[in-house]
Amino acid sequence: MFNNISRSQLFVLDQDEALDFYTNTLGLEVAADVDLGFMRWLTVRVPGDEIREILLERPGPPVMDDATAAQVRDLVTKGAIGGALFLTTDDAQSTFETLKDRGVDITDEPTPRPYGIDFGIRDPFGNSIRIGKVPD
Amino acid sequence: MTTERETTNRLMLRARDVMDRDHAAELDIAALASVACCSEAHFIRTFKTTFGETPHRYLQRRRIERAMFLLRTTDQNVTDICMAVGFSSLGTFGRTFTEIVGEPPGEYRKRGALPDVPNCFVRSWVRPRS
Repeated sequence: MFNNISRSQLFVLDQDEALDFYTNTLGLEVAADVDLGFMRWLTVRVPGDEIREILLERPGPPVMDDATAAQVRDLVTKGAIGGALFLTTDDAQSTFETLKDRGVDITDEPTPRPYGIDFGIRDPFGNSIRIGKVPD
Repeated sequence: MTTERETTNRLMLRARDVMDRDHAAELDIAALASVACCSEAHFIRTFKTTFGETPHRYLQRRRIERAMFLLRTTDQNVTDICMAVGFSSLGTFGRTFTEIVGEPPGEYRKRGALPDVPNCFVRSWVRPRS
């Protein structure tokens, strides 16, 4: 029935800050950055991946009222919104060192697991991102 | 525009992440308050307002969750696990574990191995409620 996951979504509090973090700090690339008038359609992707994009969406009207948007922002900044990203890399330790040098918030250092080596970071808003190397 | 509350949330989350990451180390309130850029009293009060429990209780649950994980995924003895998760007294560990989990470590271990799913979810969902 399905053959892939093409888009997923994260709530971010500031799209300019998100763009800077996800591209310049994390190394993803912009897939789309379009002012649709009613919203800024901002997606990033792993460089070269033509299939999967991550929508960096700002919570607010008219999708939700201001009070609801405030609740969403509250949950994001408490790390409670869910929607974690799982990114893979060829070298978890090297990627960890690079991101640490760039001042990223580290939640877990690289640790061997049955499913590979992985570590955790947060984006500037509180979203959880897991990064790992899956076994060969 | 980020509100003061959101900025505070993010700072409290940063301190909570330190507890998650360095749970086995000797963490004191002064160091955590420094991470959260506030005084010790303000940190304790604001952390509880933000997450519904004191930093001390959160750290206890984090350490006990790690112990629960190790009990079910390794064959380390209880004393080694007690030390590995940040307790310095086996008696305190046993009492805290039993109070939080509802059964002593040895009994809990009999529940058997955990399934092989991403650890970040295991640690979130295995953690005992506050």
